[in-house]
Amino acid sequence: MSKTVVVGMSGGVDSSVAAYLLKKQGYQVIGVTMQIWQDEEETAKEQNAGCCGLSAVDDARRVAECLDIPYYVMNFKKEFKYHVTDYFIEEYLNGRTPNPCIACNRYVKWEALLKRSLDIGADYIATGHYARVLKLPNGRYTLAAAVTAAKDQTYALYNLTQEQLAHTLMPVGDYHKDEIRRIAREQHLPVAHKPDSQEICFVTDNNYAGFIDREAQDRVPGPGNFVMKDGTILGRHKGITHYTIGQRKGLNLALGHPVFVTQIRPGINEVVIGEEADVFSQKVLCDRPTYMAVEDIEEPMRVMAKIRYNHKGDSGIIGKMPNGKVLCTFDRPVRASAPGQSIVFYQDNHILGGGIIIR
Amino acid sequence: MIYLDNAATTATAPEAVEAMLPFMTDFYGNPSSIYSLGSKAKTAVNRARETIAGGIGAGMEEIYFTAGGTEADNWALAAAAEAYQEKGRHIITSKIEHHAILFTCEYLAGRGFEITYLDVDEDGLVNPRDVERAIRPDTILVSIMTANNEIGTLEPIAEIGEITKKNGILFHTDAVQAFGQIPLDVREMKVDMLSLSAHKVNGPKGIGCLYIRSGVKIGSFIHGGAQERNRRAGTENVPGIVGFAAAGKRAVELMEGKSRKISELRDYLIRRLEQEVPFCRLNGHRYKRLPNNINISFRFVEGESMLIMLDMKGICASGGSACTSGSLDPSHVLLAVGKNREEAGGALRLTLSEDNTKEELDFVVEEIKAIVKRLRDMSPLYEAIQKS
Repeated sequence: MSKTVVVGMSGGVDSSVAAYLLKKQGYQVIGVTMQIWQDEEETAKEQNAGCCGLSAVDDARRVAECLDIPYYVMNFKKEFKYHVTDYFIEEYLNGRTPNPCIACNRYVKWEALLKRSLDIGADYIATGHYARVLKLPNGRYTLAAAVTAAKDQTYALYNLTQEQLAHTLMPVGDYHKDEIRRIAREQHLPVAHKPDSQEICFVTDNNYAGFIDREAQDRVPGPGNFVMKDGTILGRHKGITHYTIGQRKGLNLALGHPVFVTQIRPGINEVVIGEEADVFSQKVLCDRPTYMAVEDIEEPMRVMAKIRYNHKGDSGIIGKMPNGKVLCTFDRPVRASAPGQSIVFYQDNHILGGGIIIR
Repeated sequence: MIYLDNAATTATAPEAVEAMLPFMTDFYGNPSSIYSLGSKAKTAVNRARETIAGGIGAGMEEIYFTAGGTEADNWALAAAAEAYQEKGRHIITSKIEHHAILFTCEYLAGRGFEITYLDVDEDGLVNPRDVERAIRPDTILVSIMTANNEIGTLEPIAEIGEITKKNGILFHTDAVQAFGQIPLDVREMKVDMLSLSAHKVNGPKGIGCLYIRSGVKIGSFIHGGAQERNRRAGTENVPGIVGFAAAGKRAVELMEGKSRKISELRDYLIRRLEQEVPFCRLNGHRYKRLPNNINISFRFVEGESMLIMLDMKGICASGGSACTSGSLDPSHVLLAVGKNREEAGGALRLTLSEDNTKEELDFVVEEIKAIVKRLRDMSPLYEAIQKS
């Protein structure tokens, strides 16, 4: 009896081809789009590039019809609000920089969607992520970077559990991005020419501060002081939700040379400004570490670490601290390590583990 | 396939299809045209109007064809509000109305009207005394549905009509689900306006009507040509209208026997599920109920998963109403009768047709039992309850 896989279909090219590949490999494929965003009129205004809005459902449905697979829309609005958008807003209100995609993957796709998929009788879920599920000699599952390195999406998947990975298929990671588009064209999938979506799915105009203003309203902190590290006031900032570590643009500080955001102090509503050199750090501390390739780290280990999605990665040594936190000492200072972001450790091109940056 | 979602839509009856086809291919004239091909179409439309009117005890000049029940609901509320706004800006409706009523009310609220949404009891019944208490000097319209589409409860329309008549207030009812299942007579119901939809009674989709009592003066909703005596513009959907009439006539003729048979099947299904599946509850009034409606909440079960698994076995059912993009939000009707989100999430609506057999229902009961068992076995919440 062939195995059944639920493919999370966003209406984009990658997940559409993922569904095709799995069907070709002999799986019983069920296409599912997650309905996640609250206000459908808002998402209808997007230019058809966003994920999981009404037009995404239409696109995914057409692809499912083309592939002759059953298709359902599943409602995860509650889970998405709780784990992703509420989390996103809270982090910004607290002066941190969240990564909502990591939260969505861990709690909505691989928890809520996985559970519902297993409930209805599926054996696996699959997505169009550029990553490869790998089983290591030590028996543990991990994610290996995709063949198309530039498109590798393993960073946002670092905290998936062993149980979750055991039920995951990622067919697209074995292919180059160009091949995926070619397959879509050859199979006459309706979305073959659809552009990739680049923005966060629920903030399609990229205006995070505007989104937070609308959702959090009175709770959004107002203007405060730009300060130097020693507390010297340099000017006024618009509100901490408008800034992130390493930011240079939009500060409106005429100091004669480029300056950057080096720290956000939410308690006293200050944004700290420094020179370029101040934006770099050699040591990055994280907590709530999770591990994939190993169960835990006993000794210091040499790894390649990424401190944000589009960071190419730098080498360093990680070691566990007495309080359970993990310290990464980079060989060379890295730029703009932002509290709230995740640091992900790689070894031999697959994920070792990672954690949430505190400093 | 076993189709148990007749509240969502129904198969178009062969009689209706047969009646419609000639008006697409042979008698395709525009009813407004002077030549005989046009007047043939016009005659057919008027004959259909007469038939529909007869089905609800109305005069044919009181029937206005629309593109469905939703348009009729929108028209009734928006036009009544506009026509009577000098007299007052207060509208009374219930919390369990169809979204076509609720969202039109929301729209009107945005335009300065005040809406009172009456609570219902745990069976979904509106209390006529509540209607009376809610009436104010500035109330201009009451809209209460004849039968609820989700839980099947039949509302006390005649009693409410008595109250609105006494107070000189317009009374509209959405009878979309009730038509063809229970007898309707607009004089007995004392309604001023009533909405109907063809595709709920084995007619085609895209056609319905609004009954407007003679003497009630409300404006148009759709503007343009002079069709429907200048009250609803747009070239008449002749095939649709003819199909609607054929279906409506058939529904009213078969109603007594059909409702008796379906009620028995309904009660059989309810009885079996209540007796054989633990932790389940009937939603809606047990007796004041549409003949075709079963709505049961299964605790510790995710409704969406249940529907998908039923679909995998060829069984068509629903959880709440069908009008979202394909997935379910907790039903506002179930929340209004006091269910919490979890209970609302595990609700299953099965609505019968005269084609369903007892054998089919036996199969469905066994499948439901298996699905509920499987989902509960995988539910950590159920496990916890079992342990305690």
